[in-house]
Amino acid sequence: MGNNQKKVIELEEVVVKFAGDSGDGMQLTGSQFSDASASFGNDLSTFPDYPSEIRAPQGTVAGVSGFQVHIGHTEVQTPGDLADVLIALNPAALKTNMKWVKTGATIIIDIDNFDNKHYKKAGYVEDPLHDESLKGYTLIKAPITSLSRATVNSLELGIDQKTADKTRNQFVMGLLFWLFNRDVKKGEDFIAKKFSKKPDLVTINKAVLFAGYNYAETVEAIATQFHINPAKDKKGTFRQITGNVATAWGLIAGAQKAGVKLFLGSYPITPATEILQELGYHKNLDVKTFQAEDEIAGICTAIGASYAGCLGATSTSGPGLALKTEAAGLAIITELPLVIVDVQRGGPSTGLPTKTEQSDLMQAIHGRHGESPLPVIAASSPGNCFDYAFEASKIAMEHMTPVILLTDGYLANGTELWKIPNADKLPDIHPPFVKDNDTDYQPYKRDKERHSRSWAIPGQPGLQHRIGGLEKSDIYGEVSHDPYNHEVMSKNRAEKINRVANFIPDQKIIGEQNGGDLLVIGWGGTFGALNMAVKELREEGYNISLAQFNYIFPLPKNTREVLGKFKKHLVCELNLGQFAEYLRSQYPEFNYQQFNKIQGLPFFIKELKNKFKEILEDK
Amino acid sequence: MTQSQTKLTRADFQIDGPVKWCAGCGGYPILAAVQKALPETGVTKDNVVFISGIGCSSRFPYYIKTYGFHTLHGRALPIASGVKAARPELSVWVATGDGDSMAIGGNHFIHTIRRNIDINIMIFNNKIYGLTKGQYSPTTPMGSVTKTSPDGTIENPFLPGELTMGAQGTFFARVVDKEPKGMETVFIDAAKHKGTSVIEILQNCVIFNNDIHEQIVGKDVRDDRMILLEHGEKMIFGKEKDMGLILDGLEIKAVKIGENGITIDDILVHDAKTQNPNIHYMLARMTYPELPVAIGVIRSVERPTYETMLEAQVEHAKQTSDIKDLKGLLHSGKVFEIK
Repeated sequence: MGNNQKKVIELEEVVVKFAGDSGDGMQLTGSQFSDASASFGNDLSTFPDYPSEIRAPQGTVAGVSGFQVHIGHTEVQTPGDLADVLIALNPAALKTNMKWVKTGATIIIDIDNFDNKHYKKAGYVEDPLHDESLKGYTLIKAPITSLSRATVNSLELGIDQKTADKTRNQFVMGLLFWLFNRDVKKGEDFIAKKFSKKPDLVTINKAVLFAGYNYAETVEAIATQFHINPAKDKKGTFRQITGNVATAWGLIAGAQKAGVKLFLGSYPITPATEILQELGYHKNLDVKTFQAEDEIAGICTAIGASYAGCLGATSTSGPGLALKTEAAGLAIITELPLVIVDVQRGGPSTGLPTKTEQSDLMQAIHGRHGESPLPVIAASSPGNCFDYAFEASKIAMEHMTPVILLTDGYLANGTELWKIPNADKLPDIHPPFVKDNDTDYQPYKRDKERHSRSWAIPGQPGLQHRIGGLEKSDIYGEVSHDPYNHEVMSKNRAEKINRVANFIPDQKIIGEQNGGDLLVIGWGGTFGALNMAVKELREEGYNISLAQFNYIFPLPKNTREVLGKFKKHLVCELNLGQFAEYLRSQYPEFNYQQFNKIQGLPFFIKELKNKFKEILEDK
Repeated sequence: MTQSQTKLTRADFQIDGPVKWCAGCGGYPILAAVQKALPETGVTKDNVVFISGIGCSSRFPYYIKTYGFHTLHGRALPIASGVKAARPELSVWVATGDGDSMAIGGNHFIHTIRRNIDINIMIFNNKIYGLTKGQYSPTTPMGSVTKTSPDGTIENPFLPGELTMGAQGTFFARVVDKEPKGMETVFIDAAKHKGTSVIEILQNCVIFNNDIHEQIVGKDVRDDRMILLEHGEKMIFGKEKDMGLILDGLEIKAVKIGENGITIDDILVHDAKTQNPNIHYMLARMTYPELPVAIGVIRSVERPTYETMLEAQVEHAKQTSDIKDLKGLLHSGKVFEIK
């Protein structure tokens, strides 16, 4: 490790934020760093922070793209509130991110970009390096651009400057490898794989990686190295996974365990598009994807595929869900299986397309014409998007109903170190198929237990029948305008969904099982932050517990019992109070306090703890 | 169909219950022609699916003994596309109207055709909204007085054939509801065509737009105002078979054979199978009184279909992918063993 004796500090966890122009490869650099950390055995969680413009003007605040990595020896469940280390490749990146770093954080800047021209683009009036704004931070002014260029030029491979400049992120990487006391070999492997078909790029990127590493080792400005030991409680086989990929894989698993093919009909929409993209790569597993002309055609092709005997699914975000609602009603009245994935984003309208929010809850539960209940479930971590996509598929096929799965932009794009499940141990799914030529078959005859109809598929001999959006007679499925029959069928459809509650797990309490002072109530994607905040307060001696809901409609059967055990109830959600309002309608006997945030951002642990303490201490 | 199976007949596709269109509706002869055509298309009874949107025409699936799905207004085509993409072995038919396919479903209409997915689309074109009782549709002639155009429409109508050609359609035919034989033949051709088949049916709405097509298809005028196109045959029409179509520059013109030096050799021969759509486009656009309205198969060309290309990609992926099952998927790419 060279002759430069520097201090090594052991940390339990650290948050690193990468920030630069959208074209600077910040997402790639972040992924490379998190891969290296995962292979070292750290627990981790990541979150990209990108603008909705693809390549806004270089050097401006609008064009800043970021990637946050939280690694730990202790359990990591969020990408972290504030960064311990910020890498800012230009003044705009610094300006945008100063409010997201801890006091006293280490800030690494590319000094080559800190000149008057760049200050002006970033909108700085004063030179930030010479006013008081960076006082108290450890500032490392690294000549990243010039040293990267010099390194590439010294190899005399005739590389142009534009290509040479693209190696800058490897300089950053080398610097971080040294800073975090990591094996630089992992960085080399990454480069070799990434550019396997372009030997010149492998050579220059490796050279720049080492340049960064050696720079950090040599320069006096960097006085300490950090060391984060491998995670304490993680043992087994892991991978990094985003919520969107986990959702896609959960749907594949659902179809496979039911012995049917998967068909996804979708239209590209941020932040759900990766589900469509990911499934397009898995045709080998009997997956068909159909990029439709619009959101409506997306869901309609999926309904067609379900009618034809596949697991039909469609993926979208809030605006798309709004367009799909009429077709969701068709799937409800025809009682066909369908999974509708809504990756929520800031709304209404185009709103904040790249930011997260939980404001589609009411739309999911109620947002359709007519009496049209359907199950709504929500995932609560990037990894468990797999479990809930699987569960959505299972409910859809076994109960013959469309199901809405709610995730959000935060889960969709964030990653966690995910323990790979045992594929053989996933439960089988048993759709209510009909035997060929079954003379007892009637389209709307119901299963005794689930109250669901059965699934006869075109092509099966002797089961010809006609379904459709017009109300049908009970059992026989003929068009019926009979007033009494409509009431019977409306109640049948409601009863079928209510009975889903008989097949879902009880609501869990994290904390005081027999009840206590305060129950924090959350749902879906806020789990990581709520759980960490509650955990930390419990460690500080507070009587506080958490109920995080994944099953939204119907609610678990023990919900009233869980709520009744606690004195105070605080519903925390990233909207103006939709779940609180929903709970008031279901269990009006409790007094629900609210903590809401609607900034396109996830909850921070610190703000949650402050709120929880305020309520706990308010006698 | 295998040899051992008994040949299907019209009765195999007839429902037991009543058909509930208005007396005299053009839907009845269309239904009969479909039921007669199906046994000739080589399908098995279990593999036929009729899908519809909303409107009078869209009640069709309830009136034919096959698998049927009566869907949403305008959305029959994406639902049918989902069925066909999922299960290419099924024979998929769509019954739709001028409002269902050209107005609320207009976007799906052009994209379905562009993909050339192998479904058969029957457009019941009665140039009016019947089920909502008499409002103008996208095919209603300019100036028509209807319930929503008391002073006459001020919109140019669509011709389904124009849209089909514009969307790179591979099959377009026009038939008349009162010509059972012509419909039956064209339905069989459409079923056999691999790709999206669009059949415009000039259909009468006896209640809200009675006799709308009569000035073309009326018994006394039809020979002069319609031309029956047959692949490989001269484009001849008229009671006396003495009228024909020629190409004059970039225009189609109707001429009398024997006048102005025109001989039978000058008359165009119909080539429905040429890839070049220009002449098909002109034929589809012919309207009375300038020109006779073209009836029969106007365009029928080969092009790969969506579902066969999709199946080929699935097969290729299965043969080439390293990932063979769910377990393989979960463990693909970068995996970390933490001890």
